[in-house]
Amino acid sequence: MQRIGVFVCHCGTNIAGTVDVKAVADALGKENGVVYSTDYTYMCSASGQQLISDAIKEKNLTGVVVCSCSPRMHEKTFRTCAERAGINPYMLEIANIREQDSWICKDMPTATEKAIALGKAAVAKVTLNTPLTAGEAPVTKRALVIGGGIAGIQTALDIAEAGFPVDIVETKPTIGGKMAQLDKTFPTLDCAACILTPRMVECGQNDNIRILSYSDVTDIKGFVGNFTVTIKRKARYVDETKCTGCGECTEKCPQKAVPNEFNLGLNNRRAIYIPFAQAVPKIATIDPNYCMKLKSGKCGVCSMVCQAKAIDYNAKDIYIEEKYGAIIAATGYNPIDLSKFDEFAYSQSKDVVSSLEFERLMNAAGPTGGALLRPSDGKPPKTIVFVQCVGSRCSADAVKGHEYCSKICCMYTAKHAILTRDHYPDTDCYVFYIDVRTPGKNFDEFYRRAVEQYGVHYIKGMVGKVTPQGDGTLDVQGSDLIMDKQVHIKADMVVLAASIEADKTARPLATMLTASMDTNDFFTEAHPKLRPVESPTAGVYLSGCCQGPKDIPDTVAQASAAAAKVIGLLVKDKLRNNPCVAESNEEMCNGCSQCENVCPYGAITYIEKDFRGPNRTTITRRVAQVNPAVCQGCGACTVTCPSGAMDLKGFTNKEIMAEVDAICR
Amino acid sequence: MPVTENSSEVNNTFKPKIVAFCCNWCSYAGADLAGNNRLEYPADVKIIRIPCSCRLNPLFILRAFQRGADGVILCGCHPGDCHYTSGNYFARRRMTLLFSMLNFMGIEKGRTRVEWVSAAEGAKFAKTMHDFVGTVTKLGENKRLEDLRCKTTK
Repeated sequence: MQRIGVFVCHCGTNIAGTVDVKAVADALGKENGVVYSTDYTYMCSASGQQLISDAIKEKNLTGVVVCSCSPRMHEKTFRTCAERAGINPYMLEIANIREQDSWICKDMPTATEKAIALGKAAVAKVTLNTPLTAGEAPVTKRALVIGGGIAGIQTALDIAEAGFPVDIVETKPTIGGKMAQLDKTFPTLDCAACILTPRMVECGQNDNIRILSYSDVTDIKGFVGNFTVTIKRKARYVDETKCTGCGECTEKCPQKAVPNEFNLGLNNRRAIYIPFAQAVPKIATIDPNYCMKLKSGKCGVCSMVCQAKAIDYNAKDIYIEEKYGAIIAATGYNPIDLSKFDEFAYSQSKDVVSSLEFERLMNAAGPTGGALLRPSDGKPPKTIVFVQCVGSRCSADAVKGHEYCSKICCMYTAKHAILTRDHYPDTDCYVFYIDVRTPGKNFDEFYRRAVEQYGVHYIKGMVGKVTPQGDGTLDVQGSDLIMDKQVHIKADMVVLAASIEADKTARPLATMLTASMDTNDFFTEAHPKLRPVESPTAGVYLSGCCQGPKDIPDTVAQASAAAAKVIGLLVKDKLRNNPCVAESNEEMCNGCSQCENVCPYGAITYIEKDFRGPNRTTITRRVAQVNPAVCQGCGACTVTCPSGAMDLKGFTNKEIMAEVDAICR
Repeated sequence: MPVTENSSEVNNTFKPKIVAFCCNWCSYAGADLAGNNRLEYPADVKIIRIPCSCRLNPLFILRAFQRGADGVILCGCHPGDCHYTSGNYFARRRMTLLFSMLNFMGIEKGRTRVEWVSAAEGAKFAKTMHDFVGTVTKLGENKRLEDLRCKTTK
């Protein structure tokens, strides 16, 4: 018979405010097997844990039930506490009377009743619990970073610095990501490239970092410490080991009409190209959609001019398989598709641009060489209207756009306006905004400089319509909420602060990683406050905008935090497995193979085993065996098994049945 | 303090017994989120945590009805988002079969439900539970599977 102790937490008033904790402790104290029952203000505090630990020792408890917050919050805390006190950690269960009781119910008698029912279910489960011991698995001491923007770069550098090998997989021909396209950064106005490119070079030169550019992750198998990843190395038709990055081919290629994606299509590049001067790796890539040699077989100029003989028109996609201990998602963001917002005439006028396009127009390495010129006629604009929150902060029932705030637009718009006014003092800047949000170090001071020092006109209100006029200008119609009137501004350019959204590759990646996402396709954290850089899926870490919109300082901070977590994992030689794995009862197994078929991990194998038969005979039967290091404990096999031979440790049939019984009592 | 027994006497309205099975990775977290956001839903819903929706043995549901549950709901990750890749597909097939059998046996379809709730859908969890409890309350008490042998153990 178990000797169970019940500990009811007040959680200050979080629980005790709606649940009569004394009544819960009393009621549960009367349950079969419960020898001790008490309540305390904060069970998770040092003194609360001491209370549990003392009771375990003094009352010789064999099982513990803690009625407190969600097990997702403190199960580990309390299990560690139980282990220190000398009982098996899996002899402790949590009754979730905060998130699933006191916080969803305002009526005290009802909440108390529910708390007792949940407590009874936990007691019933602990009564049947058995001590479980975790096995161990080795850790592959190598990390994979998916995405080579500033987030991926920073994570990779930090991990490499700690002495572990890292691979960066980047779908584009070069690392650098969005930050490479930016001109200046707020609020310091230092040049993005000057900060970023040395980091890119470090990545290229670090012996621990291998950059797999122009590659995609196509398959992920395994679990924390032991992932097997298939990476597609897309054919770039240029031998990476031979190309010197001299750029001769990119100047001689006769196909000149390819939209330059690095400049967001504002100018053209050749069919063989190096995305930008500071690209890492600095290797040319042939765009198969435009290369005449690849499309029609006629050309071959690049091959003729290449001194290094690096061109290979017969290259094929290659799939490589690698093993990793940890995976970091750093897939980043993209601006929302502005064609959905045609009230701003984005597709009707070249002079309506997104903020990222504006960034390229301001950039010295951009299509205009840094001169701010209208894309339509190449003339300097005299009036620029900035529109905030395009696709951000939309109502929940809006057919387009997102509910969330993109976080960075207020600041970069202030930056654009300041830079414009600084370089071209006779150009007027208007900013239409809903709210100006400037939390962050030196952010509000920066915004105030835009208004006070640079004379940028901020208008509270939204733009309703942008109409291109016959004379090449744009009529911007908006509302000024403070003056309570409609305004029309004759603008030369309109800049739309496009909402940022999770990269399209994030959703399929999350599926491969079995990592959870929110409704906006941003990765969810294991805990929003306590474990913000980890995915709930063990061994998967989050870096940068794939977790939510953020600016560069936040991204870099998160990237380094993720790296620290990864290093913490990789320094371990062995990892404790989850002991809640499937187990087959060989006496009952009839060898049907159904469990083997449903197992998503291939953890179940069949062996021929000798059993004692009647009259001293030996019977050889085919029975299932579970590899506990591979089993992840989903339980699919336990339900499939027709003979009931499969059970899941920690969530056994009997334990769950006992919970059902207790709840229905 | 007036607790359990008294409240049921004072309150004559029918309070259904609802067992909710929630997968650890999505729906249990979704239920936690509903709590974090202080979204009220009927306390009649009692949640049992299971690692994955595919861990739900049909026997657990039969047992619940046998022991006097008025409704059973299973919540798991959205199709395609299962933490274990394919578990919720198994669950979906199994429950389709089980529920149609239960319906045949006289346990109305409204008493059983499968719902996909992600870890980010606290509001959906609360809404689903409101809706489900409403449906079950309308159907009234369920006695069809109650086992006399179980009653004596009370």
